[in-house]
Amino acid sequence: MSTINRRPRRIATAAVLGTALTLVLAACGGDDGSSAEPAALDPDADLSKQTIVVSNWEAYMPEDIAERVKEKTGATVKITSHATNEDMVAKVTGSGGEGLDVVFGSQPYLEALSKAGLIEPLDTDLLDNWGNLESAATDTAEVDGATYWAPYTWGTTGICYRADLVDEAPTSWRDLLEPTDANKGKVTMMGTERWAMLPALKALGYSVNTTDEDELAEAKELMVAAKPNLLAYDDSTFYERLISGEATMTEAWDGWCNYGTGEDENIKFVVPEEGSDLWTDGIAVLKSSKNKEAAYAFIDTILDAETHAWVEENILYNIPNEAALELVPAELKEQYETLGTRREEMLSGENMTDVGDDAAALYNQIITEVTAS
Amino acid sequence: MTSTKQHGGLARPSLGARLRRGVEPAVLLGPGLLFYAALVAAPVLLVTGYMFARRGRFGGVEWELSLDNFSRVTDSVYLEVFRESLGLAFVATLLALLIGYPTAYAIAKLPPRWRTVALVLVVVPFWTNFLIRVYAWIVLLNSQGLLNDLLVGIGVTDDRFTLLYTPGAVVVGLVYSYLPLMILPLYAAIEKVDEDLLEASADLGAGRVRTFLGVQLPLTMPGVVTGSILVFVPSLGNFVVPELLGGGKTVMVGNLIRDQFLKAQDWPFGSVLAMIVVVLLVLLFLGQAWVTRRVEGPARG
Amino acid sequence: MARAGARQGLGWLWLPLVLCGAFLYVPILVLVAMSFNGGGSAYSWGGFSFRWYGELARDSDLISAVVTSLGIAAGATVIATVLGTLLAVGLARHTRSKMLEAAAMAPAILPDLVLAIGLLAFFYAAGIPKSALTVLLAHAAFGTAFVVAVVRSRLAGSDAALEEASRDLGAGAFSTFVLVTLPSIAPAVIAGALLVFTLSLDEFVIAYFTAGPTTQTLPITVYAMVRTGVTPEINALATVLVVISVLVVVVAARAIRPKEKS
Repeated sequence: MSTINRRPRRIATAAVLGTALTLVLAACGGDDGSSAEPAALDPDADLSKQTIVVSNWEAYMPEDIAERVKEKTGATVKITSHATNEDMVAKVTGSGGEGLDVVFGSQPYLEALSKAGLIEPLDTDLLDNWGNLESAATDTAEVDGATYWAPYTWGTTGICYRADLVDEAPTSWRDLLEPTDANKGKVTMMGTERWAMLPALKALGYSVNTTDEDELAEAKELMVAAKPNLLAYDDSTFYERLISGEATMTEAWDGWCNYGTGEDENIKFVVPEEGSDLWTDGIAVLKSSKNKEAAYAFIDTILDAETHAWVEENILYNIPNEAALELVPAELKEQYETLGTRREEMLSGENMTDVGDDAAALYNQIITEVTAS
Repeated sequence: MTSTKQHGGLARPSLGARLRRGVEPAVLLGPGLLFYAALVAAPVLLVTGYMFARRGRFGGVEWELSLDNFSRVTDSVYLEVFRESLGLAFVATLLALLIGYPTAYAIAKLPPRWRTVALVLVVVPFWTNFLIRVYAWIVLLNSQGLLNDLLVGIGVTDDRFTLLYTPGAVVVGLVYSYLPLMILPLYAAIEKVDEDLLEASADLGAGRVRTFLGVQLPLTMPGVVTGSILVFVPSLGNFVVPELLGGGKTVMVGNLIRDQFLKAQDWPFGSVLAMIVVVLLVLLFLGQAWVTRRVEGPARG
Repeated sequence: MARAGARQGLGWLWLPLVLCGAFLYVPILVLVAMSFNGGGSAYSWGGFSFRWYGELARDSDLISAVVTSLGIAAGATVIATVLGTLLAVGLARHTRSKMLEAAAMAPAILPDLVLAIGLLAFFYAAGIPKSALTVLLAHAAFGTAFVVAVVRSRLAGSDAALEEASRDLGAGAFSTFVLVTLPSIAPAVIAGALLVFTLSLDEFVIAYFTAGPTTQTLPITVYAMVRTGVTPEINALATVLVVISVLVVVVAARAIRPKEKS
């Protein structure tokens, strides 16, 4: 016996109108966060009033970096993390860069962001420590004649393995792609980004930057055939799997393999005979940043010989900073070959660059299809 | 059914009363529906629209009409992902039902005091962080993990082997994550069954199996269907369990959708995949309504 | 014997209870046990220690994630409870539209991943930068549906006679709502609010898609921890979370326990 007013239609109309209204309001209130003109830096800016947000991989820079920057320049630094380059790109593009000022990323991804106008060219004259950097690294940071990021670390990709658990040390990418029976189910490969395709492309003798559809299709076949023998696809915890003995061979970046070596000296790194890449990770300033002076101050603090040396000593990746390298103790270079005698080998790798939008989409599609197969 | 009050025909309600009667539903329903319009209807409409657009360079879309995403989804690779996802979600649901039914039945037969305790115990793991529940299985199934320690210890096997990173591990993770959602509706349905009906069936000479299949199961069917849907739906769209327990080798449609939005930056294709999931689920709900009507309709008459 | 068994003893029924109990609790108990592992591996035993609880207490990222999650859950709960209660009362008293009723439950039925990508697309298209606030709004959206469901079922059990009496006695719509309707549905409103709070605290998928570049909720942090390397610290965190959820469930069960029919 309740009083019932039937108004479904009117309410439905209200709902539709509401949707439209909200969309309009939101669109009007929105700020796309990008400005066409790169803002000129103000040399007199009061850095102590500026706060920047920096996104980096977890544990990839000094933990006290915020204090170092504060002490040196007065700027406040907030740190956030991304797990992968793709995460970083999604963060930057998902909100037009809003909320971020500085990002760490790998060359292909930074190149793509620069072409999309999301990161800003650097005025390297304003970075006191820029001269510390090796020209081989700064050359790769140029896109269309402008420098878009500060090279931070560089390295190569190879096979990280447990010498005590494999009968024969791997020498070829095929050892990973077509493991012997004893190693089946005990190898990992990277499952995302450009490094997912690197072993297959190199095993076939192709460039890591190929855009040739037939070459990519051939690599895909090899990857599909390799999948059943994998323990897992792993981009972030492979050295832990080697330490625990869960895996015997993994596709790995040199620095992260060193993490394993630090725990267990049976863990070794090899660049397969077919060759590999030379990748660079850099630091870039987002075009949408409103605190660019502080962003420059942050980068300059990183490039400072002392800070950058800390990176090589603790993160165990090679750094392209000549002044900092002089501070790195010789024992470290002996303990970790990739930082010492094998640095040349790394530098002879093929520089990994952006392959362009269409090819990048194709790479992604192949990776999706391989993991889904 | 008469919605007019007794005096309705005699005197028209005052203007104030009429206004009030119009304002009240607007005040009650308006804010919530507006909120939904923005945060539920608009997003769903947007995703629907994205299906027909082209991918933007960095996320988002270019508003150019394109049907490429629909033809791409018919590629055998993606059909296979759908088949595997449906298969894994189905197996997980079936396993949850096979574990859940006897458990719910046993709980319903417990003395009332213990029933509450048992139900609380079923729910507690469910209120524990989902990711941590999944993570627990990494610890258990790892080749250096405890289950292997146990198997080697009691001499079942000499060789440690990986239980993790297999479709089986994914199914276990799904069942573990959603089992309480199966047990609760089953319990509610079983508890309602009139014990006398079962006794009557037995007295009439029906064996246990026949009583179960002929009386118990049909009467509890709505619980079976509800529980199955509650397990099936989140299993189908899951991407965390396949990622963590499948080692990236088992790809379910949830992983595909996530990757299109956060990795490959192909939102239109991701939208098509997501809407296919929605359509599958709508079909499922229609099926549920049909079953419920068939079971409850005659039972009442 | 067979029929008597069904009524008196449990018969064979203890078996599923024990097996299911083991399935549900062994993984959790293993985590609890491993949280006292002094070694550095999350898998193998290295002696008893409280070491990882110490690490946990000093993990400032994790603590700030907990604070963020609590804030989001509180905000989402307030919005969802107010909107959901109004919506439920409106649905029960002012419409019989099945469509509307279904629409009010939609966010609870929609797969979380679909809602997540929809909200991502919406915030992107509307130019609203993602932040903790967008997560809060997203959680309020699905939370509202749960409040509607809980309150609606309570209203279905009560009839509108009291409210009509109140009105016939001259009370206005507002005072009727506050003095008559609200007290009668209060337990459902509280239950709904608790439900939203706990669901929001534990929600990962929608938060993962709608969080800003610097927003770290507890589940997002746990996901990163699990994905980028398993440390025994997670075991300690898991134990703390299990203990808290057990306490909450027990307290809630005592508070809401229906009077026992005897």
